[in-house]
Amino acid sequence: MTSLFEEVPAAAAEGVPVRRITVRVNGTPRTADVEPRLLLAHLLRQGFKLTGTHTGCDTTNCGACTVLVDGLPVKSCTMLAVQADGHEVTTVEGLAGPSELHPLQEGFKDEHGLQCGFCTPGMMLAAKALLAENPDPTEDEVRFALSGNLCRCTGYQNIVKSVLWAAKQMNGASADEGSAE
Amino acid sequence: MYPSRFRYEAPRSIDEAIQLLHEGAGEAKVLAGGQSLVPLMKLRFAAPELLVDINNLPGLDHLDVAADGGIRVGALCRHRDLERSLEVARAQPVMAAAAPLIADPIVRTRGTLVGSLCHADPQGDWAAVVTALGGHVVAQGPGGRRSIPITDFVTGPFQNVLEYDEVAVEAVLPAPRARVAGGFLKLERRVGDFATAGTAVALELDGDRVTRAGIALTGVGSRTVDARAAAEALVGQPLTAEAIGRAADLAAEVAQPTSDHRGSASYKRHVIHTFVTRILTRVTQTSEAAA
Repeated sequence: MTSLFEEVPAAAAEGVPVRRITVRVNGTPRTADVEPRLLLAHLLRQGFKLTGTHTGCDTTNCGACTVLVDGLPVKSCTMLAVQADGHEVTTVEGLAGPSELHPLQEGFKDEHGLQCGFCTPGMMLAAKALLAENPDPTEDEVRFALSGNLCRCTGYQNIVKSVLWAAKQMNGASADEGSAE
Repeated sequence: MYPSRFRYEAPRSIDEAIQLLHEGAGEAKVLAGGQSLVPLMKLRFAAPELLVDINNLPGLDHLDVAADGGIRVGALCRHRDLERSLEVARAQPVMAAAAPLIADPIVRTRGTLVGSLCHADPQGDWAAVVTALGGHVVAQGPGGRRSIPITDFVTGPFQNVLEYDEVAVEAVLPAPRARVAGGFLKLERRVGDFATAGTAVALELDGDRVTRAGIALTGVGSRTVDARAAAEALVGQPLTAEAIGRAADLAAEVAQPTSDHRGSASYKRHVIHTFVTRILTRVTQTSEAAA
């Protein structure tokens, strides 16, 4: 059986309508032949093997599947993969640099922002979008921005702390750069 | 969960979209934000044969706030755009109050106001706001454009009056004739849940006298409830405690809640009464503070 998820050049099964799409994932252009009903979350997980994007509730509630599309947070279980054609997608795999973790990842580690870890990728990407828009959020602003992401361990307290930690770190880093100039 | 199989088209012009819908002969659905449609398709509550994705259509992502306070919301304007618009915040308090309460912040990235109106969920929030403001929906079909008042647009739960080959291209909120006030309150069990009960109030005031009022309720009927009698009871007089109490009574009376896992009917009625009172009382306090 031909997989719906394999990247080109695998041919699709006869009779199954597919579309060729190109998505820039974590900075790298990826091409795939997808059935229109394939969800973005599944393209990322099964197609591109980027399993950091979790599918939790599958009903647009929990936010575990959150990725950034053109920099904005989106629940990838509620977007068709074909709709990502020509767009830029960032998953949790795109956060860390070649040798160091993203400040948000450091923050979740330092402030014990994860318990089972299932909601963590979605939390970090929602937080990344927040910090891009509002580099110095208040605790309330962090809670509001993460209100579409559920943590079934109910570890919200440390998640909020982790994001605030990352914000401080990122602001500190840019302030240092500024003073060095 | 996968949606069932469908044909997908992403037209580049509105005429092409209408043509596709026409060919679809009632078996096609329009995809804008998809935040309601895609979950329904995943649960197989909806299984359209053809999906017409309008996200690539030009000229539909507008959010125009005119100098006179009239607002036009394009079919591709996202909740997020409304939430972050300073112009909307200045022009229309009821919209500014509702925007941050629609679903959750991530859903607001993609979901659209016009899509929410078309979806016609009895627990939808925007329909109540647009009803309170006396807005209408502009639809475009093979014969051109037509404007449909929101109270005629929704005919029942998840039903609207659009022809199968029409696209809702924008929602229009009329320009106020006097100073505006109002608010939106919603009770939800958790963020992003449907409204247990919600209330939108839109007022126009000349001095302290109410010259126009709209009150609409969500979550307490098989469609958005237009609490017209409650609104009319406010017109022509100042917002006294007595007038507020009467409007709250009338709004709670016209609500048609049913008892379910979110609460009993009488509880929901009580919530509506409280919300109307709260929004109107806040308006009087704001007016006093400004005076």
